[in-house]
Amino acid sequence: MVNVITELSKYAMILFLGLHTLLGFRLVRKPEDEKRASLWQQNILFFGMHFLGNLVLYLNTDNEEILYFYGAQALLFLAFLILHHVIYPKEDKLLNHNLVMLLSVGFLMLARLSFDKAERQFEIAVLAMGLTFLIPLIIRKVSTLRRLHWFYGAVGLILLLVVLIAGTVSSGAKLTITILGVSFQPSEFVKILFVFFVAGMLQVDRSFRQVALTTALAAAYVLVLVASKDLGGALIFFVTYLVMLYVATKQPLWFLAGLLAGSGAAWVAWKLFAHVQTRVLAWSDPFSVIDNEGYQITQSLFAIGTGGWFGMGIGQGMPYKIPVVEEDFIFAAIAEELGILFAIILIFVYLCSFYMIINIAMCLKDSYYKLVALGLGTMLTFQVFLCVGGVVKFIPSTGVTLSFVSYGGSSLLSTFVMWAIIQGMYLKRSDEVAENDRRGKAEKIEKKGKKEE
Amino acid sequence: MTGEEKQKKSKKKGKKKSKREYTNVLLLFTGIFALLIVYLGWFQATQSRSVINNSYNARLEILEDEVIRGSILATGGEVLAYTQVSEDGTEKRVYPYGCTFSHVLGYSEYGKTGIEEIGNFQLINSNAYFVERFLNEIRGQKNTGDSLVTTLDVELQTVAHDALGTNDGAVIVMEASTGNVRAMVSKPDYDPGTVAVNWSTLSNSDDGVLLNRVTQGLYAPGSTFKTITLLEYLRENNMDGSDYFYDCDGKITVGDTSISCYHGTAHGELDLEEAFAESCNSAFADIGSSLDVDSFRKLAKQLLFDTELPVSLTYNQSSFSLSESDSEAMRMMTAIGQGETLVTPMHMALIMSAIANDGVLMTPRFLERTENYTGTLVETYSTSTYGSLMTSQEASVLQSYLRAVVEYGTGTALQSDDYTVYGKTGTAEYSSNKNESHAWFTGYASGDKEDLVVVVLVEGAGSGSQYAVPIAKKIFEAYYTE
Repeated sequence: MVNVITELSKYAMILFLGLHTLLGFRLVRKPEDEKRASLWQQNILFFGMHFLGNLVLYLNTDNEEILYFYGAQALLFLAFLILHHVIYPKEDKLLNHNLVMLLSVGFLMLARLSFDKAERQFEIAVLAMGLTFLIPLIIRKVSTLRRLHWFYGAVGLILLLVVLIAGTVSSGAKLTITILGVSFQPSEFVKILFVFFVAGMLQVDRSFRQVALTTALAAAYVLVLVASKDLGGALIFFVTYLVMLYVATKQPLWFLAGLLAGSGAAWVAWKLFAHVQTRVLAWSDPFSVIDNEGYQITQSLFAIGTGGWFGMGIGQGMPYKIPVVEEDFIFAAIAEELGILFAIILIFVYLCSFYMIINIAMCLKDSYYKLVALGLGTMLTFQVFLCVGGVVKFIPSTGVTLSFVSYGGSSLLSTFVMWAIIQGMYLKRSDEVAENDRRGKAEKIEKKGKKEE
Repeated sequence: MTGEEKQKKSKKKGKKKSKREYTNVLLLFTGIFALLIVYLGWFQATQSRSVINNSYNARLEILEDEVIRGSILATGGEVLAYTQVSEDGTEKRVYPYGCTFSHVLGYSEYGKTGIEEIGNFQLINSNAYFVERFLNEIRGQKNTGDSLVTTLDVELQTVAHDALGTNDGAVIVMEASTGNVRAMVSKPDYDPGTVAVNWSTLSNSDDGVLLNRVTQGLYAPGSTFKTITLLEYLRENNMDGSDYFYDCDGKITVGDTSISCYHGTAHGELDLEEAFAESCNSAFADIGSSLDVDSFRKLAKQLLFDTELPVSLTYNQSSFSLSESDSEAMRMMTAIGQGETLVTPMHMALIMSAIANDGVLMTPRFLERTENYTGTLVETYSTSTYGSLMTSQEASVLQSYLRAVVEYGTGTALQSDDYTVYGKTGTAEYSSNKNESHAWFTGYASGDKEDLVVVVLVEGAGSGSQYAVPIAKKIFEAYYTE
């Protein structure tokens, strides 16, 4: 019986996630009132998949805690969806659906890999949902935020410098600082400050002087991260800046020049630094160094390849063989047990979210928030590309986490904050639309009045 | 069009323009994600098999537990290995031909070797009809693994196995134009079905019974190396050996080293072809002392010494070491295959195969195709070209020299009306006792079937023409006359 359920739910979960994602793509540009029925279908698919995954995990582990954990998760997701529905009826519900979907996949894999870490992740998620609950409102109402870009820029850079000087080294990179027993990764939060800083600078004016100034400071961010050996972080900041610069200035040449300069810098880094060479070697020929540098990536490939298109089934594989599987390599664990198809659809969930975010950016009138939405969306999405690309050996591994899925407090909290800010901007957009309508009506009435005269 | 409308239109245009950058960013990200997804799909579809069939992949044990290991078949369809499931569910690997195929099939318990190793992934994967597989998975029953059809030929393998008799040694038989390995024998041997039972005896034995001597045994090449020395000499002399003459009095002395011909035979006045056909040590030692060391080393490298071989079974690399600082005596010894050079029979077969195939080496092929257990084709493994080891002109010159060996030299026993043999014998001394030597034959035959390469090595037997040639003859007879 356990076998039947494990096998069937393998296919069912792929189907549920696939339909959920398909609905998501179809709804991106549909108006609110047309979405309602499909949103319900998404809810059913989501809770169905969530139930199946946890059922199989329970049946294969016989751990009763899984049942309680499942209950707690279901309650949390329900509370999150209902509360947001009630308080922010005009929020982008599709985005929230994608968020809970990603979170639930993360919880499932973490509970399978390490129950303690899953519980901890759950606590952080509760905390993050609470802390970010008011953010959409703040973004919508408080307009002084935009004048503080120099402040954001300075605080962000100082935080990174603090990590560089006082941070502790984990797996080769300086990422964390510990204050009062709580360790966290400031660079995760600096991402948000950085986007606000760049948006503020480039929105004010786009003169050459201003662009040069912004670029100099952005370069300082990237260099500090490189000095901390946080290559993934450096790349994310770099690409986000280029994308924002391109859209703000509408100058594709600057984007290309930036890419060229970046490639040159990467080449120099590869020539100069041993830790860069190690990563490139582990990518180009991992099997020649399978005992050392190539161990992690080869285990990841074994996991993905052995799992195949449909996966081994939850609890049936050996994802624990991959070093740091709960953080940087969780995508391999998902592919191994839930299948490559499932993992590919999961990539589409991120891509769909990116479309939604860019859609928000396009529809916004306020050029400042346009850039913020674009910047945050790029940060989130490019990080996913780096993470998945590294895990499947498409590009050298840079050691970044998979947003909402990987274990890690700072990364989860900061991603939640980004998400909430984006929701705030979605609300702003609805306000703009409402404002427009009102104005339009007023104009009409005025015209009518004129005619009557 | 009124002015107002015009304004509206241009406004719309402006709006569209302002969206263009966002669209480009969307396209850019869609593009890189599309590449990523295509890469992942490509990896799974084409690369994953060879990647995951790795001893570092502990997950293979899971697959093994879920599947009844598939069968291994000979090219003619005969079953060489299968797994027997008894009523109580215990599984036993059975090898119907016992010792005959021992090393090439290898074993699957206590680690894996031979074809059991290189085809492990196929054997523990099932491509049975998907409904059946699905139902089995649901019922919690094992699926039957796929069958591997090899290139091995039962008749040639049996002939080679019997011909080697009670001697220790190695025989490899492969087709020059396809690389298909038709037989591979190494002795002493064992019954792969009883490896688990006899493990402690087998793994502790002094005679290396578990060693596949064809691919892992390193031997002094003896006179079979003269083929390579000959090629080097010809290369240094514009592929023309007609100027070379030597008067052999049975031995050559340099300093306090003296090299003598087999049994001290004085060959008298010889040209180059005669020296090769009669395997005159003195003449070849004389040639060796004149060769350019650097160029000789390059040739050896080109012929895959100290290099990876295109062989999927576990093997050892052959080694060739000669430097400018070596003594003249060492250079002479090396030229007649008695220096520090060590080769595997597999490697010699590759060199012969390239000569027979006009310089082009085909990658040795052990696996023809995978079928599911009911015989439906899953995958075919095509023959592949490794590359050129020498030019076709060089190959054709060497062919005529190898032919001379059989026409009037040390290999006359191989003359036949049914096929034409080309080859080189060897008697390789391997200890200070001059009476102990390995018997070699390296060569091939052409006839009305594919060219067949045969390399024979008999450990400690004596001369090549006496002990290795008769074994080769039995194999050629079996192949060409039936």
